[in-house]
Amino acid sequence: MAHVITIDRIRCDGYGMCAELLPEMIELDDWGYPILRAGPIPHQLVSHARRAVDVCPVLALRLRTAVPANARS
Amino acid sequence: MSDQLLWFTTRGAGIVSLILLTAVVCLGITTAIRWQSSEWPRFLTAQLHRNIALLSVAFVAVHVVTSVIDPFTSLGWAAALIPFSSYYRTIWLGLGVISMELTLAVIVTSLLRDRIGRRVWRTVHWLSYAAWPLGVVHGFGTGSDATAVWMLAIQGGCVLAVGLCVIWRLETDRSARRRAEIDARGDVVPWV
Repeated sequence: MAHVITIDRIRCDGYGMCAELLPEMIELDDWGYPILRAGPIPHQLVSHARRAVDVCPVLALRLRTAVPANARS
Repeated sequence: MSDQLLWFTTRGAGIVSLILLTAVVCLGITTAIRWQSSEWPRFLTAQLHRNIALLSVAFVAVHVVTSVIDPFTSLGWAAALIPFSSYYRTIWLGLGVISMELTLAVIVTSLLRDRIGRRVWRTVHWLSYAAWPLGVVHGFGTGSDATAVWMLAIQGGCVLAVGLCVIWRLETDRSARRRAEIDARGDVVPWV
């Protein structure tokens, strides 16, 4: 089961903590807002992703389980 | 000594609670301001804010439980939970009870943040600005050590720390608003 992070752009206030905790997947643009790397989160990073989601002061991040495209009926 | 053990524990736990909750308030403000440095990332402030808050629950619990079970005052549980219901130092204890309950509300809503939504959580979180001063006044009013020099220094240090953080926050908000206004006007005057 693959995990993906989604960002609620309206909520995001650019605190930038997600990029500190998950630099492998998230970097910040010039204004401090996150840019997500495309694709599912590698297995070994899921716990870090969870922390990044957890620390967001405005609850703008969600960790979702994505159904792989080839598993859809 | 042993018959006073509970009493000393109450006092000690109260003082430690004051120091921890002061740190929690300062770290919360620092999180809101988004301060960071090259050695101190923002998530560190936020995580410390949370973990010290959870730690303070233990000390507040010890403070309350030991003062209730201490036979010297025989407060009873109602006095610890219902504001101003204590025969003993009614006002000062009542302020402490309110402070504890507001703090509890802030912490419980933070733990349930995902479920209750951001707006409710934020609204309740503002209660911290009431809970912390009430706790300070409670300690100053009824603390057995409140007027000892070392305790005055601790209280003064705590008030100073939170006071400076509040001023820092107000200043930061003000300059951010000013910047936003300038951005919104968009009247860049290159020849000035």
